[in-house]
Amino acid sequence: MVIFSVYVVNKAGGLIYQYDNYVPRAEAEKTFSYPLDLVLKHHDEKVIVSFGQRDGIRVGHAVLSINGADVLGKNTAEGKDILEYLKDSSNYPVSIRFGRARLSSNEKLMLASMFHSLFAIGSQLSPDVGSSGIEMLETDVFKLHCFQTLTGIKFIVLADPRQSGIDALLRKIYENYSDFALKNPFYSLEMPIRCELFDQNLKGSLEIAEKAGNFGAGS
Amino acid sequence: MTVHNLYIFDRNGSCLYYNEWNRKKQAGISKDEEFKLMYGMLFSIRSFVSKMSPLDMKEGFLTFQTSKYRLHYYETPSGLRFVMNTDLSVPNARETLQHIYSNLYVEYIVKNPVCVLGQSLDSELFSSRLDAFIRALPYYSPRAA
Repeated sequence: MVIFSVYVVNKAGGLIYQYDNYVPRAEAEKTFSYPLDLVLKHHDEKVIVSFGQRDGIRVGHAVLSINGADVLGKNTAEGKDILEYLKDSSNYPVSIRFGRARLSSNEKLMLASMFHSLFAIGSQLSPDVGSSGIEMLETDVFKLHCFQTLTGIKFIVLADPRQSGIDALLRKIYENYSDFALKNPFYSLEMPIRCELFDQNLKGSLEIAEKAGNFGAGS
Repeated sequence: MTVHNLYIFDRNGSCLYYNEWNRKKQAGISKDEEFKLMYGMLFSIRSFVSKMSPLDMKEGFLTFQTSKYRLHYYETPSGLRFVMNTDLSVPNARETLQHIYSNLYVEYIVKNPVCVLGQSLDSELFSSRLDAFIRALPYYSPRAA
């Protein structure tokens, strides 16, 4: 029963705040012998699995480290191209760690803007009058809640699907935003939020919400 | 408690079937554009969800809701996408969509030698059975205009 992360998006669709509360890192480290039975490919400056699945390694997982040394994008820690390195049988046996790739801050910016647009399209395609944008998006692994204020700021929370009390949490985050960001004389509107008090109070609100969520669901 | 409309898309993005029962507001754009926008939105949502997701997903995107309606999504392994908009009181229409696929689409379209897969579904039998099925759903009630 966790809250994964919080995003705050401004009126124009730009990300102004992001906080990862809980990032489950499912990683698998395995020793491989030549030839490698997974097919790897370059994608977005990373090397990911394009075909093949075994022991917790899935399609879409990225290469995180080779022989214990973290990779740098498409190259190993020594600077050699990963795909070339793995084609050479003299480098085997090799121990590779795979896992879900962490989102870079650029990617988070892009995803926040993407959601800003999807929110608006959800409202445009509505079969009923007076619909808001996407307020809740559900998948089998997480639930995304979005609260848009009257001024166009969106507070987005990603949580476990069974977590309750997120609506109250979104209102609380809005309250924290107006208390610790808006009332801060050094904060400019629509700009990235760099206020310590906002961070502290947000973490506090998330802890309260997670505990309250546990009570609500019962055992 | 009502069903607003239903779309069926194939894997290339063309809309194979569309029907509406209780739609109160048109999108303000032509039907073709609306189908493309809907498909594009769903494609983007699926890509967004696969990147954002903190864990590996099995089924992916299921549904989203706004203040007035809820969109249910079901995709078959062959890339056929079923999209249904209902009002907020319907929590989960996944089984309904699965039923539409296995008992209506497969029976009346796939097994029909005259129907060409990939073209819009113009089987009268399919339309009438689907209409009857939707109207018979426990959460469907035609609202008085």
